[in-house]
Amino acid sequence: MTADSQWPLWEVFTQGSKGLPFAHAGSVHAVDAENALLNARDVYARRGEAVNLWVVPSSAIVASAPSDAGPFFDPGNDKAYRHPQFYKVPRGVVVF
Amino acid sequence: MANTTTAPHDDPALVAAFEARIAAGESIEPKDWMPERYRRQLTRMMSQHAHSEIVGMLPEGNWITRAPSLRRKLSLIAKVQDEAGHGLYIYCGTETLGVDRHELVNQLLDGKAKYSSIFNYPTLSFSDVGVIGWLVDGAAIVNQTILAKTSYGPYARAMIRICKEENFHKRQGFELCAHLAKGTPAQQAMVQESLNRFWWPSLMMFGPSDTDSPNSGELLRWKVKRKTNDELRQRFVNLTVPQVQALGLTLPDPDLTFDEATGNWTFGAIDWDEFQQVISGNGPCNHERLAARRKAHNDGEWVRAAATAYAAKRASASTEAA
Repeated sequence: MTADSQWPLWEVFTQGSKGLPFAHAGSVHAVDAENALLNARDVYARRGEAVNLWVVPSSAIVASAPSDAGPFFDPGNDKAYRHPQFYKVPRGVVVF
Repeated sequence: MANTTTAPHDDPALVAAFEARIAAGESIEPKDWMPERYRRQLTRMMSQHAHSEIVGMLPEGNWITRAPSLRRKLSLIAKVQDEAGHGLYIYCGTETLGVDRHELVNQLLDGKAKYSSIFNYPTLSFSDVGVIGWLVDGAAIVNQTILAKTSYGPYARAMIRICKEENFHKRQGFELCAHLAKGTPAQQAMVQESLNRFWWPSLMMFGPSDTDSPNSGELLRWKVKRKTNDELRQRFVNLTVPQVQALGLTLPDPDLTFDEATGNWTFGAIDWDEFQQVISGNGPCNHERLAARRKAHNDGEWVRAAATAYAAKRASASTEAA
């Protein structure tokens, strides 16, 4: 790695407040994990946008392929009986 | 994020499917198939935008050491730091298209990249800091609010983040101008003089007129742009004229009139020759801006070298320990 290198890329995830899920915020370049965390704080949390941060080497992210999205998610898309709307309730009865 | 898709061929069936997605208002994500031309246009637009944020730190950075009060100095430092952050958000968005940031930075330092023409004008007085926040960031908000709905997901998300922060930039600038406009005659004259200098260059920020904007048609069709340069410019003028009046200042345009029929403020002719000169490298400060960027890059080399050496040392220490 030369001094002029842009360094490895890290994906940054922020938790907006306690109890919320972590969401992808963007990425930073950093020489190691510790610096990635500091850079992520300076770039993505200058105004209290996060109470926690995750940084993950971009190369470690495994993603589904958009071109296969149809068949890949199909097992979850054809099961109407997994939704409450599939079930009939007698008229006038409040179930919830 | 690494772009793992192989070199795409612009297969007409794929282009048709892509255009149908755009027409349906879907957002395009990094790993989605996209026409090579869409990728190139976005890389061009986003990298120019990122460069503009980075170079945009320079005109105002000029006044940090001479800010007239601690309050103004704190605002100015925070604003300039935000601009660096904005540059990083957009460089990171551009990288999702499969370009290296390193490559983009080198294009800027080599003088091969374009950036917003406005930053090639000098900041001659402290009131320029106010006028830049008010007009330049104000123009950027008009532009970026629409770009927040652009079809490319990472660019749109970066714009949403940026727009929130730009509001602080504009407010602190307007407050500064309002303060000077109510001040001594010398302060009033100072802010009026700044406004006179920055008004026309601010209008040029929206880019060439629609009659002379070769990229616009395609960018609008792909919903990269959602409004034309002239539409955005008109919106900016309509928003700004009442603000100028509220401060009791004037604009350097004798042709500025309100058109009852359209509800628009009609403005005089923009000096497009000046615009062309400035974007092709002959503005008042093009040379100075690039020299300052190169110096900052070279002066920071020891920091990059130290961080790299430190990481290597820690990595080898943990290998030995294992």
